[in-house]
Amino acid sequence: MTLGRVVGTIVATRKDPRLEGYKLLIVRAVTPDGKEEPGYVVAVDTVSAGNRELVITVSGSSARMAEGCKDKPVDCVIVGIVDGLSLD
Amino acid sequence: MFLGRVVGRVWASVKNPGLTGQRMLIVQPLDANLASAGKQLICADAAGAGAGELIYWVRGREASFPFTEADVASDATIVGIVDEVHTGKQEAQS
Amino acid sequence: MLIAEVVGDLSATQKHASHEGLKLLLVQPLNLDGSPRGNPYVAVDSVNAGIGNTVLLTTDGFAAFTSVGQSMTPIDAAVIGVIDSIEFAAEPQPGPPPEPAPKRSPARPRSSAQKSRH
Repeated sequence: MTLGRVVGTIVATRKDPRLEGYKLLIVRAVTPDGKEEPGYVVAVDTVSAGNRELVITVSGSSARMAEGCKDKPVDCVIVGIVDGLSLD
Repeated sequence: MFLGRVVGRVWASVKNPGLTGQRMLIVQPLDANLASAGKQLICADAAGAGAGELIYWVRGREASFPFTEADVASDATIVGIVDEVHTGKQEAQS
Repeated sequence: MLIAEVVGDLSATQKHASHEGLKLLLVQPLNLDGSPRGNPYVAVDSVNAGIGNTVLLTTDGFAAFTSVGQSMTPIDAAVIGVIDSIEFAAEPQPGPPPEPAPKRSPARPRSSAQKSRH
């Protein structure tokens, strides 16, 4: 799982039918101290995350373990919204 | 999958038993203009590719799927020989 | 999943049996500013995308081969959506004034996606 920040939204009408009704968000990886890293992923949102929110994403085949994503063509899922974070 | 060109071949007499009888080819990955892009790698061959041919290859776990009955330990496999590529700009023949 | 642009298509006669009848596209993954990100993928098409379309590209094997109704086949990338629009979140503005920041639009015009759609 990785930390990310929601930086955008994608709208696609014509898509795999198994993705109907899912919100697609652009997520940029961030370090635990909040720095944004280069690169991004498009992730399926299962927790109603909002713009600029810090989230937890799961990628790879484990993404389909998330509720509602079983057997769907999904490779990255937002599974949590970070409330707080502490570093030693 | 990615585009590539077969630029060589590797022989190994001692290898994982799953790789016995597999042709192993050296592939140069290509960009959309068929120019070399990135490091060469070794691919197992599931398409019968030959030297100099334009091919496409698959990486990762899916690279072992062409050989399901034999459990081949491959992480990069040639799965097709490209006849033609059409891009918005120009047409490239293999 | 990645944002990508369809830059070409390709044909192959001699290929893995599971690829028979599938459309193969050459798709270039993009950065958020529209610049190319790495090498283009050869991807199977599950949504009838065309050259110039901005699309949703999955590079996960399961997602890719199930999108074209296959299972356990050597397919690792598929176009699974045609992107209509992308909206970026407003960047937080450092310090005052605390006025609502204008929406950041992509550096590269996204009109190409609409242009080639019917």
